[in-house]
Amino acid sequence: MNLRALLNALTGRKSSKDVAKERLRLVLVHDRASVSPEFLEKIKEEIIRVISKYMEIDESNTVVNMHRSDDSAILEANLAIKAIRRNIH
Amino acid sequence: MGEVIVITSGKGGVGKTTTTANLGVGLALAEKKVVLIDADIGLRNLDVVMGLENRIVYDLVDVVEGRCRTKQALIRDKRYHNLFLLPAAQTRDKNAVSPEQMKKLCQELKEEYDFILVDCPAGIEQGFRNAIAGADQALIVTTPEVSAVRDADRIIGLVEAGEIKMSRLIINRLRPDMVKRGDMLDIDDILEILAIELIGVVPDDEKIIISTNRGEPVAALNDGSPSGKAYRNIVRRLLGETVPFLDFYKNQSFLSRLKRIIGLS
Ligand SMILES: Nc1ncnc2c1ncn2[C@@H]1O[C@H](COP(=O)(O)OP(=O)(O)OP(=O)(O)O)[C@@H](O)[C@H]1O
Ligand SMILES: [Mg+2]
Repeated sequence: MNLRALLNALTGRKSSKDVAKERLRLVLVHDRASVSPEFLEKIKEEIIRVISKYMEIDESNTVVNMHRSDDSAILEANLAIKAIRRNIH
Repeated sequence: MGEVIVITSGKGGVGKTTTTANLGVGLALAEKKVVLIDADIGLRNLDVVMGLENRIVYDLVDVVEGRCRTKQALIRDKRYHNLFLLPAAQTRDKNAVSPEQMKKLCQELKEEYDFILVDCPAGIEQGFRNAIAGADQALIVTTPEVSAVRDADRIIGLVEAGEIKMSRLIINRLRPDMVKRGDMLDIDDILEILAIELIGVVPDDEKIIISTNRGEPVAALNDGSPSGKAYRNIVRRLLGETVPFLDFYKNQSFLSRLKRIIGLS
């Protein structure tokens, strides 16, 4: 660790390399997801398939999307429930 | 049967042409028969990096349009055994070549040469698609910068979606002093993000500019330059040898090396 790295560590300031890596990670989440238009559609179908074991989902009122906040990428799924199955253990 | 290797990157100016020239010279010095194809139509550059710009008669478009035989367009580099350049056309439009024509040409060259290196244009348009059309392998060049790594990720996706069976990464213009300071992405950071096999790391080196000025690729000069050594190592890896990666951190103090080893930095 050299002087600058030590200073960064003491002041809690991230090195520019760490900032670069973090930004890259996030931008690639978005890039990779948006390259394929069927990507989110596929995830949506899979989520509905799993959740349907437990409750009845209104597919037409279900939205899956991806957005990013400052420091993370978020996958958001809003599923409208029609009914919950009775005998689930 | 020869191997067709495309050198590509997405982002412009990261070192594709320099890499193509140096690997070509390195392979020729290893007694392989090599053809370099400049697929950057309209922005011909490989000829000047190789120092062969005064010997061009025919070009890639002349070959695919049948105005000359392939052999007539190949410029022999008299300094090495069996190194040839097929220059790009300078004035014609970028769509003068089709992926099918490129495939056919690569197929023809593979019959006679051991390695065909294709210098790809920047971008992901037609020129890129032509350049990768006949390739068996891809070498993806990036620099340790956010935009270059991002574009490399895109290119890796496109290459993997096609017929190319193997793609490996070259990290170019690494500056160990900046990495040490925490001001440049390190090799491990880039590999973690891109999840691709590494075939070489070339340091940022002023010798590259000096040798390009003279039209003599550094891989040919045994002057101890770190970039020349890095290119020769990539050549050996292309030929199937296992060669340890150069240690760019050898000037570090004992303490910082120790910390690196025990995982403190
Ligand atoms: N390792 C290096 N050290 C120092 N300079 C370098 C290095 N690699 C490449 N360069 C310089 O960077 C510049 C761009 O290199 P080059 O032309 O090979 O890139 P390119 O990817 O082919 O560009 P383009 O996308 O325009 O075709 C050149 O001036 C070259 O000399
Ligand atoms: Mg170039």
